Amino acid sequence: MVAQRRGAAIEIAGLCRQYGTGPGAVVALDNVDLRVAPGEFVCLVGPSGCGKSTLLRILAGLDHQTGGSIKIHSEGWAVENAMVFQESGLFPWMDVETNVRFGLDTRGVPRAEADPRVDDALKLVGLTKFRHHYPHQLSGGMRQRSAIARAFVTDPGVLLMDEPFAALDAQNRVILQTELVRLWEQTGKTVIYVTHSIEEALLMGDRTVIMTAQPGRIKRIIDVPFPHPRDLMQLSASPEFGRLKLDIWRVLEDEVMRARAEMEQ
Amino acid sequence: MSARSRLTQERLLYLISPIGLLLLWQLLLMAGFGDRRFIPAPSDIAFRFWDMIVSGELWTHVAVTLYRVLVGFLLGVVPGVAVGLLMAMFRPVRIFFDPLIASLFPIPKIALMPLLLLAFGFGDASKVALVAIAVFFPVIINTYSGASNIEKIYWDVARNYGASQAVMFRRIVFFGALPMIFAGLRIALAVSFIVLVAAEFVATKAGIGYLIWNSWELLQVDVMFVGIVTVGILGLIATVILQEIERKVIPWKAE
Repeated sequence: MVAQRRGAAIEIAGLCRQYGTGPGAVVALDNVDLRVAPGEFVCLVGPSGCGKSTLLRILAGLDHQTGGSIKIHSEGWAVENAMVFQESGLFPWMDVETNVRFGLDTRGVPRAEADPRVDDALKLVGLTKFRHHYPHQLSGGMRQRSAIARAFVTDPGVLLMDEPFAALDAQNRVILQTELVRLWEQTGKTVIYVTHSIEEALLMGDRTVIMTAQPGRIKRIIDVPFPHPRDLMQLSASPEFGRLKLDIWRVLEDEVMRARAEMEQ
Repeated sequence: MSARSRLTQERLLYLISPIGLLLLWQLLLMAGFGDRRFIPAPSDIAFRFWDMIVSGELWTHVAVTLYRVLVGFLLGVVPGVAVGLLMAMFRPVRIFFDPLIASLFPIPKIALMPLLLLAFGFGDASKVALVAIAVFFPVIINTYSGASNIEKIYWDVARNYGASQAVMFRRIVFFGALPMIFAGLRIALAVSFIVLVAAEFVATKAGIGYLIWNSWELLQVDVMFVGIVTVGILGLIATVILQEIERKVIPWKAE
């Protein structure tokens, strides 16, 4: 199945986010410009404190900028964006099905329309059998699948993901990365994916945005040349992949060293 | 097998302390320590207890006390939970209620009894009101701290997924606070028996508290003990019922 429509385009121009004022102020984002094409899978990579999560939270409407502008062209989509959080953020008091339905309930989608959509979303992530389980009864991987279903079911123009697989073990991470790429290939959503892993960014994304810390700026944007559909395991073993990873590491290395030097001062 | 035998062991241990205490009490009195007219033996209390059940006398008092506890409990708990949740959600509500709670909570509620008699008369209403007032505070405080300690990520998720204030209230704050609310209800339950029995010492002709005080005045010490034991049993049963409800209502609470 090939996506019939592409996700929402995003235009970020001169975005700033400063916490506090005066000499103690922290500049989390400094003049960030980024254009994301409809249906593009963009990964944000950088050392901790580089503002990648802040950028995501502003996009999600959970934080606000102190300067610059964001435009999300989500016309034709049911909702502008939906976020998948680091620790899933499933409500422990709702079973999987109710969690997945949440974003439809809040928007007043009638039951008759919501039910088949929830069924589809659960099928999409392979959790139909676990629909009546509570989050504490699920493995970490299943919890993240539920969170992904909860995001997809709302039919967002943009999918925002904040290190969603960081807490998983290596095997589960690969499985979920593969599933997410497959879902993305099928649905054509725009994805903004925050990660601290270069490898993860290159495996999944079309472009990798490298950010620097204090102040948070975009250092470089790298086009990831690997075609879709991707076989992640095969890709990760290829020499091209290794070379690109090394290139990016060189770019990041400077940053990490600089950040460390500043910390030690 | 071994887990099972350990469970049996623990159950035995659980029973040993109360039974042992009763046995010691019984044996000391039978050995002639203490005057059985003033300190009845457990067997005396048990026989009296049985008499009062058969004659129906005990049931009348139990029914009156339970009615007052139940109605007062509900009248205090419902607004207590609502105010506690609103305090957690809206800062002005918190600022409004904080000084009231801080100043009214420490007042021994039984001290309000004369006032309540004046306002509600000598019937059930004054006792019910006392229970409601006494229950209100622990429930408010537990609900508020439960609701304000809900992890930030749940607020974020709710906001990102378009939850209105009403949805936040009904589906996030309430459920997030529910484990703490139940902790508050358990305290409230104990508090309602405590204040009610004390209130029934005066200005009423029925209820367990009346039974205790009246038999004390008549020097029917065994009847007095029956009353005391009955309060303990009622409290135990009510707590067990509340725990069962909690288990049903909070299925997500990991064992």
